Amino acid sequence: MNDAIIEVHDFRKIYSTSVAVDGISFDVRRGEIFGLLGPNGAGKTSTLESLEGLRRADGGTLRIAGVDPGRRGRQLRALIGVQLQTSGLPDSFRVEEAMRFFCTYHGISPRDDLIERVGLGEKRRAQYHELSGGQQRRLGLALAVAHNPPVVFLDEPTSGLDVASRAMLHDLMRELQAGGTTILLATHDMAEASEMANRVAILLRGRIAAMGTPMELTATGAGLTKVSVRTDTGCLGQPGTTFPAVQQAQTRDDYYIYFSTDIGPTVAALITYITAQNDSLVDLRVERPTLEDRFLEITAKGGAG
Amino acid sequence: MNAFAYHFGFEFRVGIRNKALMLMNYLFPLGCYLMFGALMGSINPGFLQTIVPAMSVFAVLSGALLGMPDTLVNAREAGIFRSYKINGVPALNILVVPVLTSMLHALLVTAIIALTAPALFDGVAPANWAGFLLVFLVTAFALAGLGALIGVVSTSSRMTVLLSQLVFLPSMILGGLMLPSSLLTGALGKVALLLPTTYAMDAFAGLAMGQGTGSHAWQSVGILLAGGLMAFGLALFLFSWDSKNSTRRGHPALALLAWLPYVIGLLLAH
Repeated sequence: MNDAIIEVHDFRKIYSTSVAVDGISFDVRRGEIFGLLGPNGAGKTSTLESLEGLRRADGGTLRIAGVDPGRRGRQLRALIGVQLQTSGLPDSFRVEEAMRFFCTYHGISPRDDLIERVGLGEKRRAQYHELSGGQQRRLGLALAVAHNPPVVFLDEPTSGLDVASRAMLHDLMRELQAGGTTILLATHDMAEASEMANRVAILLRGRIAAMGTPMELTATGAGLTKVSVRTDTGCLGQPGTTFPAVQQAQTRDDYYIYFSTDIGPTVAALITYITAQNDSLVDLRVERPTLEDRFLEITAKGGAG
Repeated sequence: MNAFAYHFGFEFRVGIRNKALMLMNYLFPLGCYLMFGALMGSINPGFLQTIVPAMSVFAVLSGALLGMPDTLVNAREAGIFRSYKINGVPALNILVVPVLTSMLHALLVTAIIALTAPALFDGVAPANWAGFLLVFLVTAFALAGLGALIGVVSTSSRMTVLLSQLVFLPSMILGGLMLPSSLLTGALGKVALLLPTTYAMDAFAGLAMGQGTGSHAWQSVGILLAGGLMAFGLALFLFSWDSKNSTRRGHPALALLAWLPYVIGLLLAH
């Protein structure tokens, strides 16, 4: 069964002389958080804005719950909520006015509960320009979801936020997902994508360079797994010790650090060696390549991934 | 409350809450009214015959041309229109609401002027209040339409100031506010006939102040109404949601068509 709520097929976007998006295809399933990653100019914003109905596609098809965003603007409004990267609100809007304004245009009662939920209850009467960056983002998200849209677009939602504001936005995103909302998340923040997204697509020069779950993407890369080991007597420091699948080794602060292409044989051999030397293991840490490592690898290759 | 009414109420409050708009909608026109009333009354006593319509037109000019266009440009550049589009705010409302609120602000200032000028400066009050209101509304619509058009075609605040001043300054000097347009001869007289304020002052004189001929005044009302409709229609036609992703339906130079009714007025006068 096709459970896709966002369908992008062979989508193209061209600006006078340059091709911003060159025939990309992907689906986003209902209730999924889908991350759209890519360097500046990769085509993320063009894709997002075309899905939001702000730009027209120059080729291919776009559908949100079966609706063509380029043609059915009114139907689209009920289906999507958008938190834009830029403010998108007049400076003199009070928090409660902004909520009332957009709710009346959506034909619903003002969602004062959402103002409380995003922690802006005490800022109800504050004007938009009086809010901190984090508060503005939280208000933006509250306004985007006020009419309970099944699809929410978030463009760099946590960019420039402090840790607490970022955590609060992530909690809200998880709540939305738990309620069945589909989220398309465009971000530069690899840790955020890795933590929040069920699947991600990496865009490069208008094409999809890689797509899958964060785990799948990090597993398929050529990145080396980092194994850091500390023992009681430092037996690993003896000259001539080598271990399978290790490509690089170094020491730092009593730790022996190995970069392995195949973690299983490396760790097994390390433990065997330590035991054979009558030494004892104090600490062992394994760090897989991160999404950021994979992203850098793909962008360095120029999209061959 | 429906969306349009809430939008109108919000925009009206912003016109008072926003310092720049407060200045252009109220402080600047009322300050100039007090200054001109005190100075011009002694320099040119004839000014007191027209102080009420002249300062009313001045209030409309200030709010519609010096205040409104820049807020439209800033809103577009800040992505506010994009946000409105996503949330279902129609382009028509984005233009109609500022035009109407600008007219309402000017109406409040005009009421203060019309009610205080006789007592403060021995100014002449309108002889026909219904005619005064009619001419005010048509004038405010014509100038607010131009303000909306300037806001739509301007690409920056700097360009907005330039375009607004291209209408504001000649209107102040040649548009019959400070001295009667009938005193202007030759080329200056023709230029004056290209300015909406000339027709506004003519219509006020004929239909509100009892100082001119009614038939000519009705022609001026017709030209102002046509000018307002042209300007607003062109603003709607040329409207774009954002500057980066222009979906404008025509070249901004089409905005010059808003002057067509005034050109016809010039031809009819000769």
